[in-house]
Amino acid sequence: MSVNAESLMQPNQKNGLFSWLKTWLTTVDHKKIAVLYLFGGGLFFLIGGIEAMLIRLQLTAPENHFLTGSAYNQVLTMHGTTMIFFVAMPMIFAFMNAVVPLQIGARDVAFPFVNALGFWLFFLGGIILNLSWFLGGAPEAGWTAYAPLSTEYLGRGMDFYVLGLQVAGAGTLMGGINFLVTIINMRAPGMTFMRMPLFTWTAFVTSALILFAFPALTVGLFEIFFDRLFGGNFFNATNGGNSIIFEHIFWIFGHPEVYILILPSFGILSEVISTFSKKRLFGYHSMVFATILIGFLAFMVWVHHMFTVGLGPIANTIFALATMAIAVPTGIKIFNWIFTMWGGQIRFTTANLYAVSFIPTFVMGGVTGVMLAIPAADFQFQDSYFVVAHFHYVIVGGVILGLFAGLYYWWPKMFGRCLNETLGKINFWFFFIGFHVTFFPQHFLGLMGMPRRYFTYLPGEHLTTLNVVSSIGAIGMAIGVITLVVNIVYTFVKGEKAEGDAWGTGRTLEWSIPSPAPEYNFAQTPLVKGIDTYWKEKMDGNKKVTAAEPLGDVHMPSPSIMPFLMSISLTIVSFGFIFSDKGVHRTVSFAVAGIGIAMMLGCMLVRSIKDDSGFHIHKEEIIETEKGMSK
Amino acid sequence: MSKPSNTSLYMERQKRKRELTYYLVSFFMMLLLTGLSFAAVAMKGIEKHFTAFFIVTLAVIQVAFQLYYFMHLKDKNHGMPALFIYSGAFVAFITVLAFVSIVWIS
Repeated sequence: MSVNAESLMQPNQKNGLFSWLKTWLTTVDHKKIAVLYLFGGGLFFLIGGIEAMLIRLQLTAPENHFLTGSAYNQVLTMHGTTMIFFVAMPMIFAFMNAVVPLQIGARDVAFPFVNALGFWLFFLGGIILNLSWFLGGAPEAGWTAYAPLSTEYLGRGMDFYVLGLQVAGAGTLMGGINFLVTIINMRAPGMTFMRMPLFTWTAFVTSALILFAFPALTVGLFEIFFDRLFGGNFFNATNGGNSIIFEHIFWIFGHPEVYILILPSFGILSEVISTFSKKRLFGYHSMVFATILIGFLAFMVWVHHMFTVGLGPIANTIFALATMAIAVPTGIKIFNWIFTMWGGQIRFTTANLYAVSFIPTFVMGGVTGVMLAIPAADFQFQDSYFVVAHFHYVIVGGVILGLFAGLYYWWPKMFGRCLNETLGKINFWFFFIGFHVTFFPQHFLGLMGMPRRYFTYLPGEHLTTLNVVSSIGAIGMAIGVITLVVNIVYTFVKGEKAEGDAWGTGRTLEWSIPSPAPEYNFAQTPLVKGIDTYWKEKMDGNKKVTAAEPLGDVHMPSPSIMPFLMSISLTIVSFGFIFSDKGVHRTVSFAVAGIGIAMMLGCMLVRSIKDDSGFHIHKEEIIETEKGMSK
Repeated sequence: MSKPSNTSLYMERQKRKRELTYYLVSFFMMLLLTGLSFAAVAMKGIEKHFTAFFIVTLAVIQVAFQLYYFMHLKDKNHGMPALFIYSGAFVAFITVLAFVSIVWIS
């Protein structure tokens, strides 16, 4: 069963809704999991976007009473947390799942079961967090949840934050490990590391960053968890704890986290720009080097989020220098993209528009980043809207523009239909101009002294005009996103069928197979002869990539409901702990948590003793499928 | 695959024998090192700081033995696991370094 528009949009007429649901709940196919990640992340994107609009609505007028105090803090916290953990993260996993196995010539990821488990943990983590709205209020300590505010002064919302992120974080960590193993072990014959497409390279480095950074988050969240629920004193200064440690732990995770987000976008850019310039990526080796260097430096700079804490001039200076050093590999990348376009036959499809617009936008975010990296200046900028403008320039203008480029670029490969280009361009221009109108004025709001995270400002402070401009820009972004949703619906209903090589100038292996990819990906494992293998084969006059093996039966993993059940168990555990207020209910809630843990262990036991060796797709079936597919 | 010749069979057996010796040696080494650590803590008259330093050193040696001899890091084609173990150790090290050096309130 391939992922196509029909199977996604409507239940199979023969088998009904139940069968459709079963397919998606039990799937371990990386292509289907990619779709789940995409729509899961998309759902949270709409929620986070609505929260953003509420924030802008509140800030449009001075002394506005639309969202005040705790309500504003909740919306702001949930906007940040949702956008980072439940939008950007799943989106990068969506593309890693959809593309990495195809780019390296593999039939699936190394651990398909764990892959499904990773998705369900992410999704239910997001559900746990968002249910806080209906169960006594959302978290309100900002996405950073600094102690002791988060441990001693706030209500149950913070428990939702801690456990929701803990569950989702476990899923992310699994995903990261899975992709490391996949990329190390499952490359097709001839696919050496230095022949891997750049998106796969960035996926690899991102996965390594996940592996090393997420444990810090897990530890930090556990410490908040123990401080809140069991009277631990990790961050309680009066009992000998130290709340600065939480800031360190959070940023030792948090800084690599933002590179985890941006690196796959860099990878997408490299693919899109090269494809639509009809040229090989300029400076492939330096791109790989820059990616690894950025990954390494990611762990060397976290204190630049803490310049004003008071760690002393020596610590500040070291971390300021390390931070500025990151501009070097990033600059290498920027120039390489420009040189890739230089002299190329550039086609401005929507994907390429997003990719090209990324470059100046991200450079602007990078320049304010270097400004913020100067400790003396940072004492002025910190906690003002200048910082807000900076990180929206790198995260929206960087990560999201890159992800949208990838969305338009790989949509035909994922669904077999091309997104509409006219709607795509409307989407792009509204989103892009709206983005700059929203966030460019915020630099100046910051310099004029508007503090970050405040719910209002006074009429006499001259902040009104720029805030109104910013809110108008937000409307533009909203129109852009709505156009994208319309485009997606339109494409499912009457989109054009895509070729295997949907853009005609595909260079990497994913374009050498039909769109959407068949369940087994490659009928025969390809033999890789160089960078951009598929392009090389096309230039040699071959219609197909040389195979490395004769046509034979393909071994596939069986679908399983276990990942979903395991994630449900952990959700039950989480709710047990969330409602364990000190007092009468404690026994009950711990019993609920205990039941969840028992269910989890039960699932693991079943998984361990049940012998499931998968199934085979037979040679004849493959020949039949290949014949039926558009090439 | 063709049947292995007598020579390669012999080589294989020798290799297994050698492996077993390695296992046993490292196993007894570990018992010894653990014993030493306990002895260092139990013994009176040794400075506390020295004991701490001593047992941490022994622990590092033990971890190395574990990784290289029990978990096959010494074998061929283990470059990637080694790379990731050392990267992880490095990240853990700078984290701990930060906690003992720049936490502001001590």
